[in-house]
Amino acid sequence: MAELLVLNKLTSILRDVFDTDDLVATPDLTAQKVDGWDSLGNVRLFLEIERVFSIRFSAMETTSLKNVGELVAVIEKKTHR
Amino acid sequence: VETNPSNLSWLLAAPDDFRLQVRALAGPESAAHARRLASHRLAINQLHTLGRALPGIIARDRIKTTKLGVLSNATTDLILPAFAVSALRHGVWLENVATAFDQAVQQALDPSSDINRARCDFVLLALDHRGLALRVAPGDPERARRLVDHALQHIDALARGLRNGSGCSVILQTLPQVPTALFGSLERSVPGTTQWMIDRFNTELRALVTDSADLLLDVAALAETVGLTQWHDPVQWAVGRFPCAHDVVPLYADWLARLLAAARGKSRKCLVLDLDNTVWGGVIGDDGPDGILLGSGNPAGETFLCVQEAALALRDRGVILAVSSKNDDETARSAFRRHPEMLLKEEHIAVFQANWRDKAANIKAIAETLNIGVDSIVLLDDNPAERAQVRGALPEVAVPELPEDPAFFAQVLSAAGYFESIGFTAEDRQRADQYQANTARAELLGSASDLQSYLRSLEMKAVVGRFDSVARARITQLINKTNQFNLTTRRYTESQVMALEAVSDGLTLQIRLLDKFGDNGIVAIVICVPDGPDWMIETWLMSCRVLNRKLEETTLNCIVAAAKSAGVRALIGQYLRTERNDIVKEHYSRLGFERLDEREGGSRWRLEVAGYAAASVPIEIIELDSPGSGPGPDQGRLPDSAGA
Repeated sequence: MAELLVLNKLTSILRDVFDTDDLVATPDLTAQKVDGWDSLGNVRLFLEIERVFSIRFSAMETTSLKNVGELVAVIEKKTHR
Repeated sequence: VETNPSNLSWLLAAPDDFRLQVRALAGPESAAHARRLASHRLAINQLHTLGRALPGIIARDRIKTTKLGVLSNATTDLILPAFAVSALRHGVWLENVATAFDQAVQQALDPSSDINRARCDFVLLALDHRGLALRVAPGDPERARRLVDHALQHIDALARGLRNGSGCSVILQTLPQVPTALFGSLERSVPGTTQWMIDRFNTELRALVTDSADLLLDVAALAETVGLTQWHDPVQWAVGRFPCAHDVVPLYADWLARLLAAARGKSRKCLVLDLDNTVWGGVIGDDGPDGILLGSGNPAGETFLCVQEAALALRDRGVILAVSSKNDDETARSAFRRHPEMLLKEEHIAVFQANWRDKAANIKAIAETLNIGVDSIVLLDDNPAERAQVRGALPEVAVPELPEDPAFFAQVLSAAGYFESIGFTAEDRQRADQYQANTARAELLGSASDLQSYLRSLEMKAVVGRFDSVARARITQLINKTNQFNLTTRRYTESQVMALEAVSDGLTLQIRLLDKFGDNGIVAIVICVPDGPDWMIETWLMSCRVLNRKLEETTLNCIVAAAKSAGVRALIGQYLRTERNDIVKEHYSRLGFERLDEREGGSRWRLEVAGYAAASVPIEIIELDSPGSGPGPDQGRLPDSAGA
């Protein structure tokens, strides 16, 4: 799946999960910059991504990714299989 | 997949702009809309979004809440908002009392803990096998039994701590089975395996709860209906100690909500059935009674038999059945009378509405005939347009979405859990027949020349006594679900009712009414508490089935008699207005009380005990044997001879 397409979908997921209308998913976006993206928010975000892309993350992936860029890479790998 | 109950397929899909609608709840007069939003099929994130908006509405509108504390060995942060939203779906505004992670023991046993000080109405003890030290011990049956016993004693001690610490009702959970086995088919035969211990624990816990005032949330049964591999999520347990898969949380929360609603008397009472393509295949007006699909020998006909069986089974446990169908009355009844495969008969149907009016009007008529609220009604109808019409006109009616295939109708109806019950009493078993008897009484009234002679001809007897353990479940049920003939609408949990059995000052009354058509069961409840030299009538409620039968006067005769012998000066009555209890607004005035004051929320009344002359009533009084009146073989049952 093209990176841009994934980012677009992530934008709408992020807005939905964190209830903010001006959030945009960019590769360098990190949890620290988003209000509500704490450990629980992270769980909510990942389960929404799992639902939308029909993929499953491992426990490791759920907790170790550094920014949205890494997240996009994992999603692309999983959706390509 | 659509038929898995974890999808809550009986609820309407959430609107596309759900998040924006939740945001709009910050505006005025949004409580009703919040309830409508909660009634949709919501995923865990949507439950979270709506759940966080509810406390603001509760605070703003000063809504009366039910307080729930949750103690768990797992992470409940995503579950608590789901509880609040699901409870609202079932008519209960819930306030969660949060506690720190994995603090069950400290919270339950310390009387000054957050949970005990919060004075919760209910506390859910949500421990699973990982929180109960059920370590695997195969091949050592004695140790295995000991481990299970210790776990049960532990739970029992926590429940006792909570009951004593805060007077709450405790909700205990069975343990969901695990999907992993050491031995395969031998697993549950080997004492000490995890599956063996969970089985034993659950069996004993169910027995324990049945004999107590606690409530049971059967998570083991719930996980079974979903499937154990879908229930458990090892990734999410590792990520954050989440007790089950996030996907099953909406159903888990709905199960808890049904239980709370049942304890608060908000379960549904009546199932209204559509006919064509719901209880038989085809359209009887077109196909004729011989042309409809029903019964063995035909796969489609078999599926409709299942629907009828399900309806009859519900009737046997106390759910009233009614019919609403767009048909000519005679045509619709012809199937009930003539089709050999019909399991449902006319006598099973309390109200039969076959006509060409809209269904919402018919359902209103059914509710009025049965003297129940429309919020007690469930409509089973295969036609999406009819369902939408009823939902639009009467949002209080529960209308399950149904799959195209009628083979799933019974399963979906059951999965939706409309008729959740916290106890099963003799009254429940007889309820359907009691409604039939009411019809017979109505016919007799038609033939009697006047009301007095009608009432005399009923040969009524009232069995009167104080609260006791035998009637505890029924008394609790009545207190929590009577809305119309209820002067104060005060709700008591079963443990509070139990506590009243031991109170010696003041008065508790339970009244059972019998007549020549049968036993109406316990139909009136009174609680009086001392207030200086007077008695305050804190609760007076009656089942609407027995209105206009002079039972009000009979009850007052009993209260005054008890008050006189206790040396009480006067009775103080209260009327607290609700949306539903208008019919008792002038109750005390009708009985000769003197009005003390009247405010917007209600009124207060007074009756001098010495000045009261017992009203003459067509009901014979029979005293229920009290435990103090000496042991006899008939204790708790009707005495042979009647003392007038």
